[in-house]
Amino acid sequence: MPETPFAVEMKDIVIRFPGVLANDHVNLTLKHGEIHALLGENGAGKSTLMNVLAGLYKQTSGSIKIFGEPVNFNSPKDAIAKGIGMVHQHFMLVPTQTVTENILLGLDEPRFFMNLAEYDQKILALQDQFGLRVDPTAKIWQLSVGEQQRVEILKTLYRGANILIMDEPTAVLAPQEIDELMNTMRSMVDQGKSIIFISHKLHEVTAVADRVTVLRKGKVTAEGHSMEGLTKRDLARLMVGRGVIFAVEKKPQEQGAVVLSVEDVEAENDKGVPALRKLSLAVHAGEILGIAAIAGNGQSELAEVITGLRPCTGSIKINGKEVANKPPIEAIKQGMAHVPEDRTGVGSAPNMTITENTIMKCYREDPIGNGWSIDFTTARQRARKLKDEYDILAPGVRTLARKLSGGNLQKVILAREISAQPQLMIAVQPTRGLDVGAIESIQTLLLAQREAGTAVLLISEEMEELLALSDRIAVISDGRIMGIVNADEADINEIGLMMTGTAVPSKSAEAAG
Amino acid sequence: MNLPFTITFEKRVADIPKWLPAATSIGSVIVAFIVSGVILKMIGGEPLRVAKFFYEATFGSWATFSDTIVKATPLIMVGLACAVAFKMKLWNIGAEGQFYIGAFAASLVVLIPMVSPDSPKVVVIGLMIIMGMLGGAIWGFFPGYLKARFQVNEIITTLMLNYIAVLWNNFWIFDRWSDAGFQMTPAFEKSAWLPRVTDYAREYGTFIDGGGGLANFMTSIGLERISGMTLHLGVAFGLVAAVVMWWIFDRSRWGYEIKLIGDNPKAARYAGLNITRNIVLVMMVSGALAGLAGMSEITGVVHRLQERISPGYGFTGIIVAWLAKLNPFAVIIVAILFGALIVAGREIQPSGLSQLLQGIILFMVISSDVLLRYKVRLVRAQAAVEAA
Ligand SMILES: Nc1ncnc2c1ncn2[C@@H]1O[C@H](COP(=O)(O)OP(=O)(O)OP(=O)(O)O)[C@@H](O)[C@H]1O
Ligand SMILES: [Mg+2]
Repeated sequence: MPETPFAVEMKDIVIRFPGVLANDHVNLTLKHGEIHALLGENGAGKSTLMNVLAGLYKQTSGSIKIFGEPVNFNSPKDAIAKGIGMVHQHFMLVPTQTVTENILLGLDEPRFFMNLAEYDQKILALQDQFGLRVDPTAKIWQLSVGEQQRVEILKTLYRGANILIMDEPTAVLAPQEIDELMNTMRSMVDQGKSIIFISHKLHEVTAVADRVTVLRKGKVTAEGHSMEGLTKRDLARLMVGRGVIFAVEKKPQEQGAVVLSVEDVEAENDKGVPALRKLSLAVHAGEILGIAAIAGNGQSELAEVITGLRPCTGSIKINGKEVANKPPIEAIKQGMAHVPEDRTGVGSAPNMTITENTIMKCYREDPIGNGWSIDFTTARQRARKLKDEYDILAPGVRTLARKLSGGNLQKVILAREISAQPQLMIAVQPTRGLDVGAIESIQTLLLAQREAGTAVLLISEEMEELLALSDRIAVISDGRIMGIVNADEADINEIGLMMTGTAVPSKSAEAAG
Repeated sequence: MNLPFTITFEKRVADIPKWLPAATSIGSVIVAFIVSGVILKMIGGEPLRVAKFFYEATFGSWATFSDTIVKATPLIMVGLACAVAFKMKLWNIGAEGQFYIGAFAASLVVLIPMVSPDSPKVVVIGLMIIMGMLGGAIWGFFPGYLKARFQVNEIITTLMLNYIAVLWNNFWIFDRWSDAGFQMTPAFEKSAWLPRVTDYAREYGTFIDGGGGLANFMTSIGLERISGMTLHLGVAFGLVAAVVMWWIFDRSRWGYEIKLIGDNPKAARYAGLNITRNIVLVMMVSGALAGLAGMSEITGVVHRLQERISPGYGFTGIIVAWLAKLNPFAVIIVAILFGALIVAGREIQPSGLSQLLQGIILFMVISSDVLLRYKVRLVRAQAAVEAA
């Protein structure tokens, strides 16, 4: 045993699900005061391993020591008692309650919510300590995703967590929020916390991690490797076992007729505040129009009004047919596919099988729909084909959606939407949560769609992705188009300026066209 | 306490095995019987004798089995009614009211009358089926529409509509159609009676008495007499309805939509489903099935509209659907069990025993859900200490 024991020492962890060996004799050690990155392809077993450490799952075999002491968790409570806190990708907060109330929820002390101001102070002190700014008296629903995440982190810190597990915390964040999170993480380790950090974004890992453990298909391929001298490419090779090209090839292409036209659209967000202000744009056949915007500037609402999920004023036409304020089926009938932002809340049905999830849009028609009945034999065959093509990792097509890893669920949604061979594709964060290999293949597929004449509206927070895939990029700030630029001639600084609401004169003429 | 072991509950990591839900349902029924036996013993009864009596009163002979099925018949249909609503996570607890209105609407055929009582049976019964289902469907429509259009909680509306339905029936029974001041309408003409086994006693009775192949066979299975057997055609309605519901749930486009809306309404909306229409539709189908049960009960058993045509079938249907895990064929089996409990309740003293058993079964079923979510393990005290 080393002189100072590891903060966490997981040894020979085996976790078996029916038909899946999610972790196969995995070892992981976390040193006191380090940021340890956990990497691996989609479905490699990262979340599962961390769920065991947080007391949510029980390992089939293997042992865990916390600061040298053997532990046996039967519930998250046990894990919290040992100072382990997990920040999940899906937040577990009560929207109608304040930040302070959410942080105190479920604790023995205080028994009743009185003297909340006193606790507000305590929470403010905690915020100062780690640089996690969020108004303690604000209600959760008023907060951005990034702020909600800070509440989750504060919640674990308030419960006395020394060991923090963060499962893809940056997937839902905007770039500048990511920077702030990195700073917070550094300040936490400076003050004696230890962090396990899961991410698919390799540049973040190289920027912040001290050591890295890589999983591939449930097995460890690099155990606590020092980050010293490791590049993005090295990490990618460790993860997928082959070289990854980080740039896809975009061929020049003639664009066709207008498929989607949005004119003078106005809409409100969930809080009743205007989110889109007289916004107009057009997407042509065979073109990818990228949308660049800082989170919360109307891009999510734009996708929702086009797909019929949010009421609006103004006109939205697909192939000349008006779809604004019509039920979603109207747009779907016009050949629209939609990769939604929220894959668990909107994009899939958790207790239904992969097969059932892949027929969500096409069960009405031949060959799946058959009069009043559904041909499940054909549906299953089709699902099996998609599972192979899109490399979806699951024991079979009868596996329930909720058992899929985050990235594999995203692949099911992408498979369903892309295979529909749409005329118009609304893709919101299509590669969120995917591993480097999968990003490459999905981006290639999106470009293939473009070549086949699909009009694609791509909403993404990854500037690199926007630049690599788009023909044109529309920059939105506060619900308005600030300008539209050709991706080939785009100037990142100029785009950045426009995203913050500064008009760039040379571009405003094009914005009108 | 110093036990040599401790019991731990571990959250299930792995999927529950396929057979487990069925096993817990069966297990909870068995445990409920045992617990009831213990209670009976404590209050000075003789559980084994009661059990024997229970069996004889319900499954002991063809005649008693026929009684059991007669009671199970409305429960099958009402159980299916609840199952279809529950599939979409619509908590229709108004099957009781839909049952009453179904009975009422079916009676209109005879009481208005809508067709001459001399019409052929097929016509009268056929029309009563349509009216019964329509009546139940209308009673399901209101809460469905309020839920779909204004997000009014269906638990409250369906519950309230139960009382209205009973009172509505009472008004007509007491005030308008009362038979010489009794709390019932005059008996229906025979053309409005569902065929019963006993109706064929004269025809086939001689057959059996006369000997021959059929007679030998009937004798060999102990079915010597069919006169007095009140089993009626309504059970066929229930069986057909179960097959239809199975097809809808498992094979049809509509069943897929019901399941999708039940599992994630947001995803259903995103996929282009019309949720509003489906809520109304499911509530109407649910009501129609309960209404059919009401129709079958008055045409098959009571032969008139009267007060208290249901000893709470609509509520028992909720338990039936739940215990059957919303599977249409399991509904049939569970309905027969509960039919037996009702029959036994009439025969066994104290008669509350049967209700006690029902209550305990329900309690066991609900608590057995823990087994589906947790793995219960006995850990030896030594090991527990080491692990802790
Ligand atoms: N409850 C479960 N039941 C059955 N299989 C499961 C369950 N949870 C996870 N799995 C399977 O275990 C494997 C590992 O999943 P896990 O979620 O740990 O992957 P991951 O590394 O976090 O992937 P991602 O990067 O996509 O989030 C997957 O094949 C997944 O399908
Ligand atoms: Mg994961």
